[in-house]
Amino acid sequence: MARIVAGVACSHVPAIGAALDNGKAGEPYWQPLFRGFEPSKNWIAEVKPDVVILVYNDHGSAFSLEVIPTFALGCAAEFPPADEGWGARPVPVVKGHAELAWHMAQSLILDEFDMTIVNKMEVDHGLTVPLSLMFGQPDAWPCPVIPLAVNVVQYPPPTGHRCYMLGKAIRKAVESFDRPLRVVIFGTGGMSHQLQGPRAGLINRDFDTRFLDKLATDPQSLAQLPHVEYVREAGSEGIEMVMWLIMRGALDDDAKEVYRFYHVPASNTAVGHMILENPTADVTLSLSKGERSS
Amino acid sequence: MTDDEAFEDIPGTLLFTAERSRQGYHLNMFCMSLMKPENRDAFRADEPAYLAKFPMTSEQVQSVLDRNWNRMLELGGNIYYTSKLAACDGLSFQQIAAIMTGKTQAEYADMMLHGGRPIEGNRSKSEWRDRG
Repeated sequence: MARIVAGVACSHVPAIGAALDNGKAGEPYWQPLFRGFEPSKNWIAEVKPDVVILVYNDHGSAFSLEVIPTFALGCAAEFPPADEGWGARPVPVVKGHAELAWHMAQSLILDEFDMTIVNKMEVDHGLTVPLSLMFGQPDAWPCPVIPLAVNVVQYPPPTGHRCYMLGKAIRKAVESFDRPLRVVIFGTGGMSHQLQGPRAGLINRDFDTRFLDKLATDPQSLAQLPHVEYVREAGSEGIEMVMWLIMRGALDDDAKEVYRFYHVPASNTAVGHMILENPTADVTLSLSKGERSS
Repeated sequence: MTDDEAFEDIPGTLLFTAERSRQGYHLNMFCMSLMKPENRDAFRADEPAYLAKFPMTSEQVQSVLDRNWNRMLELGGNIYYTSKLAACDGLSFQQIAAIMTGKTQAEYADMMLHGGRPIEGNRSKSEWRDRG
């Protein structure tokens, strides 16, 4: 059977993609951020997932206000990078895993999660920036990626609890797929940031730290956090963090935090990152002692 | 405090509610149209003529012509859509964020480099009133 072996939480700030694409990653402003992802790149190169399920949100690229799916699962064979108004990112086309994605769609719908099935979709920075952070700049992404787009733009987004439960249903779906695949699930977006209005620029390190702590050790209570707390404490766009709970729900309850990184700022945003491993999975551990969360 | 009141009490923040989405639909769809290069060219060539293709209110049209980024949000614009207009103008997210907060680019960038806008004093409208 297929197994989810680990989860990755990761912000998806567009400026990070622009910095990489324009060769600015070595500049003093960006250096500390990319350095923070070096251990993660080594880690995932050794884990060698067969498939990545990537939870993210579309920013008016594939979807507009014409159609607003709460949960949209990418079932296509491939997903081209979107032109977000300044040309498409020069990154490889994202290859899907249609067989597993369709299997997931069926399993999730029968499990009472009414997924939108998407067979044609461009993917924006929300999906491609986390791939760049974890895999660098290869000629082709090293494995197929199943996009799961979550509405967090139009209020209300799904609740944290719904996201957490969807994660659990995703795990069930993956484990009922009869192929020996190693799957890593990404939850992306966040951390604290507000892009709009006179309060733009809000960063709340204490909230972010508590969120990361609870994500690792007490996701069930974190899933009860109401939307208004995210918006007030972590900024209007901090609500994206509900997507991390989908990733967390898909892991073992006692999944272990093995790496954490936090950096302010990337443009307007606090960048947060965590790797969690399922104790039951035989993940190759490539993080050195110094890098590993204790 | 109900949830609605709690959201309403957050200062300097406009939640993109159902009501704002209805109000701002055509404004946001105008912004969305700027994803296509030929539409950006047409808009730049004659802004009022291009805007006339969208059934927006005169206030919404004026807010676009004025590049009044906060006003666009008040009239139902959403930041992910208005940022497409910004991109068309060659402005980054950080540049329009600075404008919306009334800071210069340098002041805003400096605030972010020093940890961003703190949460203390920015949770409730009452804190902004007290500050004057």
